[in-house]
Amino acid sequence: MANEPIDRPSVLGEVSPVIAPGQTYETVGASVADVVLSGHVPKQWYIATAVGFMGVGCLMMSITWLLLNGVGVWGLNIPVAWGFAIINFVWWIGIGHAGTLISAILFLFKQQWRTAINRFAEAMTLFAVACAGMFPLLHLGRPWVFYWLMPYPNTMGLWPQFRSPLIWDVFAVTTYLIISLVFWFTGLIPDLATMRDRAKTKVARTVFGIFALGWRGSARHWHRYEIAYLLLAGLSTPLVVSVHSVVSLDFAISLVPGWHTTIFPPYFVAGAIYAGFAMVLTFMIPVRKWYNLEHIITDRHIDNMAKIMLATGLIVVYGYLTEAFFGYYSGALYEEAVMKNRYFGPYAFQYWLLIICNGIIPQLLWLRRIRMNAVILWLITLVVGVGMWLERFVIVVQSLHRDYMPSSWDMYAGTKWDWMLYIGTIGFFLFAMCIFMRWVPMISIFEIREIVHKKSQEDDN
Amino acid sequence: MKKTNSESLQGAQAIVSQATGEDKNVQDGGQFFWRNLEELNNPPDPGELAESAFPPVTSGWDDVSRRGFIKVMGASMALGGLTACTKQPSELIVPYVKPPEEAVPGQPLLFATVFCLGGYAQGVLVESHLGRPTKVEGNPNHPASLGSTDTFAQASVLGLYDPDRSKTPRKMGRPSTWQRFLGDLEGMLADEASGQGRGLRILTGTITSPTAATQLKAIQELYPASTWHQYESLNRDNVVVGAKLAFGKAVDTVYDYAKADIVLSLDADFMVSSLAFARPARDVASRRNPDEPDRMNRIYVAETNPSVTGASADHRVPVRSSDMEAVTRAVARGVGVQVDGEDTVEAFDAFLQAAINDLKAHKGSSIVVAGDAQPPVVHALVHAINHELGNDGHTVTHIRPVAARAENQTKSITALTEAMKAGEVTTLVMLGVNPVYEAPSDLGFEDAMGSVPNLIHFGLYFDETGRHCHWHIPEAHYLEAWSDARAFDGTESIVQPLIEPIYGGNSIHEVLAALAGNAGMRAIDVLQEYWKERGLLTDDEKAWRRALHDGVIAGSAASPNSIDALSSRKRTSTSITSDLPAPAPAAEGIELNFRADPATYDGRFANNGWLQELPRPITSLTWDNAALMSKSTADELGIDTQRGARAIEKAPTVKITKGEQSIILPVMVAPGHAPRSITVALGYGRMHGGRVAAEDGKAVGTDVNVLRTASASWTVADLDVKRTGAIHMLATTQHHPTVQEWDKIKGRHHYREGTISEYTKHPEHPGFVHEVGHTPPGDMTLYKQKYDYSAAGTENAWAMAIDLSKCIGCNACTIACQAENNIPVVGKDQVLAAREMHWIRVDKYFEGDVENPKVHNQPVPCMHCETAPCETVCPVGATVHSAEGLNQMVYNRCVGTRYCSNNCPYKVRRFNFFKYADDKEEWRKAVRNPDVTVRYRGVMEKCTYCVQRINRTRIKAKREGNRPIGDGEIVTACQQVCPTQAIVFGNMNDPDSKIAKARKSGLNYGMLAELNTRPRTTYHAKVRNPNPALNGGGAGHPEQSSDEGNDHG
Repeated sequence: MANEPIDRPSVLGEVSPVIAPGQTYETVGASVADVVLSGHVPKQWYIATAVGFMGVGCLMMSITWLLLNGVGVWGLNIPVAWGFAIINFVWWIGIGHAGTLISAILFLFKQQWRTAINRFAEAMTLFAVACAGMFPLLHLGRPWVFYWLMPYPNTMGLWPQFRSPLIWDVFAVTTYLIISLVFWFTGLIPDLATMRDRAKTKVARTVFGIFALGWRGSARHWHRYEIAYLLLAGLSTPLVVSVHSVVSLDFAISLVPGWHTTIFPPYFVAGAIYAGFAMVLTFMIPVRKWYNLEHIITDRHIDNMAKIMLATGLIVVYGYLTEAFFGYYSGALYEEAVMKNRYFGPYAFQYWLLIICNGIIPQLLWLRRIRMNAVILWLITLVVGVGMWLERFVIVVQSLHRDYMPSSWDMYAGTKWDWMLYIGTIGFFLFAMCIFMRWVPMISIFEIREIVHKKSQEDDN
Repeated sequence: MKKTNSESLQGAQAIVSQATGEDKNVQDGGQFFWRNLEELNNPPDPGELAESAFPPVTSGWDDVSRRGFIKVMGASMALGGLTACTKQPSELIVPYVKPPEEAVPGQPLLFATVFCLGGYAQGVLVESHLGRPTKVEGNPNHPASLGSTDTFAQASVLGLYDPDRSKTPRKMGRPSTWQRFLGDLEGMLADEASGQGRGLRILTGTITSPTAATQLKAIQELYPASTWHQYESLNRDNVVVGAKLAFGKAVDTVYDYAKADIVLSLDADFMVSSLAFARPARDVASRRNPDEPDRMNRIYVAETNPSVTGASADHRVPVRSSDMEAVTRAVARGVGVQVDGEDTVEAFDAFLQAAINDLKAHKGSSIVVAGDAQPPVVHALVHAINHELGNDGHTVTHIRPVAARAENQTKSITALTEAMKAGEVTTLVMLGVNPVYEAPSDLGFEDAMGSVPNLIHFGLYFDETGRHCHWHIPEAHYLEAWSDARAFDGTESIVQPLIEPIYGGNSIHEVLAALAGNAGMRAIDVLQEYWKERGLLTDDEKAWRRALHDGVIAGSAASPNSIDALSSRKRTSTSITSDLPAPAPAAEGIELNFRADPATYDGRFANNGWLQELPRPITSLTWDNAALMSKSTADELGIDTQRGARAIEKAPTVKITKGEQSIILPVMVAPGHAPRSITVALGYGRMHGGRVAAEDGKAVGTDVNVLRTASASWTVADLDVKRTGAIHMLATTQHHPTVQEWDKIKGRHHYREGTISEYTKHPEHPGFVHEVGHTPPGDMTLYKQKYDYSAAGTENAWAMAIDLSKCIGCNACTIACQAENNIPVVGKDQVLAAREMHWIRVDKYFEGDVENPKVHNQPVPCMHCETAPCETVCPVGATVHSAEGLNQMVYNRCVGTRYCSNNCPYKVRRFNFFKYADDKEEWRKAVRNPDVTVRYRGVMEKCTYCVQRINRTRIKAKREGNRPIGDGEIVTACQQVCPTQAIVFGNMNDPDSKIAKARKSGLNYGMLAELNTRPRTTYHAKVRNPNPALNGGGAGHPEQSSDEGNDHG
C-alpha cells in the first residue's frame, strides 16, 4: 500500500504524486533539516557559491566604478536614455513574481503541491527584488539623493511628484519587498523552530532559536499563525498583479510609440510569472537532484510548473500578437513605424530571437515527454530566461532608439560595465541563494508534514 | 639637511617657474596661476623671487650657529611644506572706493569692437561681466552684422581664454621677454639699415587696418629695399586677378542682395562668408517674406559642395568645380555677352535656360556672383555678365579694394620663398600668419626658412611656424588689443579691447612700431596718432568716443564708384572680356577641391572646442574633416556607404594621390555633391594647435595642405583615389533621416514646405500646412491645467516662432546658445556615443534624388509645451511649469532618472552623463556666463528660452515702476545671433507683438501638435519661389498636393 501511487487525475490525464509514498514527519524533517544541519554539503554547492562570490566581486567593482564616474560608463545616450539598467530591473522584478504567486495565490486556491516549492521560490523573490532594487538607485544620475523619491517631511517642503510612474514604482517595489520579506519570514518560523529543536551544536541552536521567536508549536500558536498566514497571503496576492502592472506603467504612461499601449499591464504580469517560473525551475531541477529531494519535490511539481510556464508563455505570445495588431489596425503612423522597426529594423535579430525563445521553443512544453525530461526542460527554462530579457530589451531599446524625431534616431549597445553589472547581479543572486540553501531550510517542512498528515488520513479512509 | 633645502628650493623653483612660464610643460597646458592682472603683466623676476624666498640660504652656509641652523631648517621645512600646502596666504579684500564707471556687479556691460577674419571686419558688441568678456553679439550699427554674427565670432570669446595660447615671448624656444626681443630686434634692424633693408621681409595676412597700412608704409620708407608680402590660406587671389582681367585693376565688389530679385550663385557660398559675414543672409532674407509675394526673390545656385547657400536655393544644380567655367560661359552667352564657349551645358540645360531668362527679365535687379575658389576667368566673366545685365551701379557696385594692398597673395609668398631659398632674406618677420602650415606645399617654405638667419614669428599660438623661428612673440587677442579694421563695404571701425592681455601678448601695431623704429610705443598711441591725422581724434574727443561707442566710424563706407572711375579701361561687357583666355578644356577624372572649414576656417580655430563640436552644415560632421563626395562617386570608387545602422559613423577611408604626395581621409557622402569631385576642408591635422587640436599625439582630422600647390590651390585635377580598406569613425550629430528614408518619414510632416503660389492662393489655410491627425480640443487634458495662459491670466506668455523660409542652417544659433548658457563640450568620443549637449540643434531633411536632394533645415529648441509630457513623469518634480509658459528645469532637484528625456517626443533634453562641465580650470570659469548655472554630473538640462535674460528684463521693468515689458526687449541668444532673423520671440499675450502676429499666420504650425503637447515654439512653413518653368525645383520632386494630410490617423 505504501508503494502505490495516489490516484489524483491531473488536467492532462496523467497521474503524478504530490509527494512520494512512504513519507513521515520524521523523514520529511530529516530530508530538509539535514541539508542545513548535517554538515554534508554537496560539492556543487561550493562551486556554485564560488561562482556566485566572484559575481559579487564583479558587482562591487561595477557599482564602484559607476558611482565614481557617472552613468556615462554605460551605453546610454539621447535618445536611448534607459538601457540595461531598466531592462535588468524589470527582468529581476518579473522573476520575483513566481515566488509570490506560489506562496500566496496558490495558497488561496488551495493548491497543495505548492508546499514543496514555496519557500525556495519566496527566497528567490526576495533576492530577485533585492537585485532589482539596485538598478533604480544605480541608474540615477545623482544616486546620492535617491531618497528624494520617497515622501518624507523635509526642510524644502517638497513631496515627490506623484503623477510620475517612477514614484508608483517606489511604492510598489518597496511594498513588495517588505511584504515578501515578512511573508517569507513568517512562513519560516515553525521551520526555524524545527531547526532549533534538531540542532546539534550550541551555536546552531542559539541562532535558530533567536530567529524562531520562541515558537512552541502550541495550538494557540498554530491558530494565530494560520490566520496571520492567510492574511499575509491575501495581502500578497494583489501584489502579484499590481507590482508588475505598476512597473509596466513606467512604460505605458509615456507617449513613446511601442510603450504607450494598454496591453502592457497584463502582458507584463504574465511575462513576469513566465520568467519567474522559468527561474524557479532553473534552480529547482539541479537542486532537487543534488540534495536528493526528489521525494518531496516530485515530478508532479516539475510538471505543474512547466504547465504554468506554458500557459503564461501563451499569454505573452498573445501580447506580441496584440502589439502587431495594434500596429496594423490602428493605421497610426508611429504605431506602424515602431512595429516595422521591431520586425525589420536594426535590432530585428534580437526581436526574432525573442520570438524563438519565448514563443516557439516553449511550445515543446505541450509534450509530456519534454516536461518529464529534466535536461531539456532545464535548457528550455534558460531559453525562457534569455527570452524574457530580450523582451525587455526589445521594449526598452527598440522603442526608444527610433521614435518621433528621425533626427534623434541612434543606436544603443551595452558597454562592458553594463554587462558586468548585470552579471554581477546574477552572481549576487546565485550567491544569496547558495547561502539560503546552506543555512535555511529550503522547503517548508511544516507544510509538507501537513500533506503527509492528509495523505495518511486519506489512506486510513 | 641639504636634501631638505634642495627639495624646498625645487619646490620654490616650481612656483617661480610657473609664475614666469619657465616650466617646460607650459606650452602643453601647464597652469599659470595669477591673482591679479599685475602679476600677469609683470611676472616676478625669477632671480629676485628666489632671493626673497630664501634670504639666508642663498648666502654662505659655512658659519652658522646651532640656533641659526635650526631657524633655517625650520624655515626650509615650512617652505617645503608650502608647495604642498593649500592654505592661501591671507589677503585683504577691499571694495572699490571709487568704482569704475558704470560697472555694477551683476550687470554686464556691452562694448563695441570688431572681429576680423581674413582681414575683413565684422562689428560686434561684446558682453563683459566685471571686466571679463563672456559673450559676443552682433553690432546693429555695423554693415557686416546688423545685429547678427557668424559662428566664428561667437566662438572667438572662447579663444580669448584658450590656455594653449602663447603666453611668453620665446627666443630659440626658451622663454624670454619683450624687452629682450626689442633689444635683439634693434640689432637686426641696425644690420638691415646698412643695406636699405634689402634682406628684410615682412609677411602678414590680409591687412585692411588703416593704421597698420600706414605703419607698413613707414617701414617701407625706412627700408626702401625691403618688401611686404601677404598670404592667407583662404585668400581672394582669384577675385583680385579676375577683377584685373576684367577692369585692368583690382576692385572689391559689393553686392546688395536686398535689391536683388534674382540671384545666381556660381559656387559662391555667399550667405554667410568671411567677407560680408552675416549681411548677405540678412539681405536675402528680407526678400523672402511670404507675406510680400511681389518682393520674393528667386535664388539659383550652381555649386560643387552642398552648402547653406545651396540649401536655401529655389533651384540648385551640382556642378564640378572644373565645369563651372563652362557653365559661366553659357550664362554669359545667354545674357548677351560676346564670349567664346558653348551656349549651354547639356546636364543643366533646363536650369541654365530658366536662370538666364529670369536674369534677363530682371535687368538691373539681379546678381550673379562667383565663389572665391573659382578661377579668375570665371570672375571676369561674372563681371561682364553683371555689366551686361545692367546690375552695375544698382545691385552690384565696385569700390576700391578694402584691403590695404589687394594682390595675388600666392604670387607674393612664392616670390618670398624664392628669395629665401636664394639666400636674399636675412630678417623675416611673420605677423599673424602660420606659413609652415598654410603655405602651398610645393614651395617648400619650411625648408626655405632654414636659409634665413633671423626668423621672427608673431602669433596667437606657438604654432607650427613659431617653433621654427628664432623669436616668437605672443599676439594679443582682438579682445585684448587696440586696432582698427575695414568691413566689406569699406566701413572703418576701431577695434577696442575689453581686457588687458591675459597671457601677456602684444598688439601687431606695437611690433610694427618697433620695426619702424618706435620701439616701446603702445598700440593705443599708434592708433591715436593715425586717427588724429585723419581728423577723428580731435581735442574734445567727441567723434573718437562716438566711434568707440557705435563700433563704426560714421561715413567711412567706401562710396561706390563706377568702374570708369576706378579702372583704366572703358567698359562694355565686351571690353571686359576682351583679354580672356580661351575656354579651358573639361577636366575628366576626379577633382579635389579645397574649401574653408565651417569650424576651423583655415585651421586657426582648430583648438576651439565649441567650433570643433559644432555640427557642420549639411553633413552634421564634428571633430573631423572628411572626403566629401556624391554617392555616385563613392559607388564608382567601390566604397560601400550602406553598411548598417551605423553607416555614417564607420567611414571607409580613401587615399588621394597626386604625384608624390597623398592624403588619407574618411569618406562621407554629402548629398548633392557634384559627381566625380571630392571636397576636403582645410584646417585640420594640426599637431601644434593646442590640446584640442591634437591630443596624445593624434591630431583632429587630416592635414590636406600637402596636396595644395601654388598653381592649384583650390582645385586639383587628375587624382588617383583608392580605397584603403581601413575604417575611421566619424562623429556626426545626426544620422537620420537619410535621403533614402525620406519617403518613410515624410508623412510625419515635421517639416512643411510649399510654394509661394500655393500660399497666396490660400493664405489662411495653405494646403501644405494641414493638420496631422486630430489635435484634441484645447481644453481636453487628463491633468487639470494649473495656469490660465490667456491675457486675463498672465501678462506675459512667452512664445517663439521660427520661420523656416529664412533659416539657412548655418548653426549660429547652436553656438550662440552654447556660449550664453555654459553648455559643455563633450569631445569626439562622446559625440560618437550620441551625447552632444547642444540645447538647440538644426535638423536636416533631404528630399528627392540622392545626387541632388532638396535640403530642409529646421532648428529645434525646447518647445516649452503647455502640456509638457516631460513634466508629468519626473519623479521629483525637477521640471515644472511657470505661469508665463516656460517649462523650467530645476537643476538642483534633478536626480537624473532621465524619464523626461524618454517622454520628450522632440528629444530636446540633454543629460550630463559625466561631469562634462569642468570646475577646476580657472580659464574655463572665466569664460562662463555668471547668470547661468553650471550643471553637474547626473543632471538634465535643456533650452530655457534664455530665462536669465527674461528675468533680467523683468527685474528691470519692475524697478522702472512695474512697467510692462515691451516687444523686443527680451531677445534670446539664438534669436539675437541669427543672421536671417528667422527666430521671433516675445509675449504672445501682447496683441501688437511680432510673435502674436506670427502665430496668427496661416503658415504657423506646431510640430507634433497631434500629441496634444501644445508647443509654445512653433514654425512657419517654408515657402519657396520656384520658377514655374522648372518642375518643382531641385532635381525633381513633384509638388506636394494639399490632399496629403487626410491619410494619417
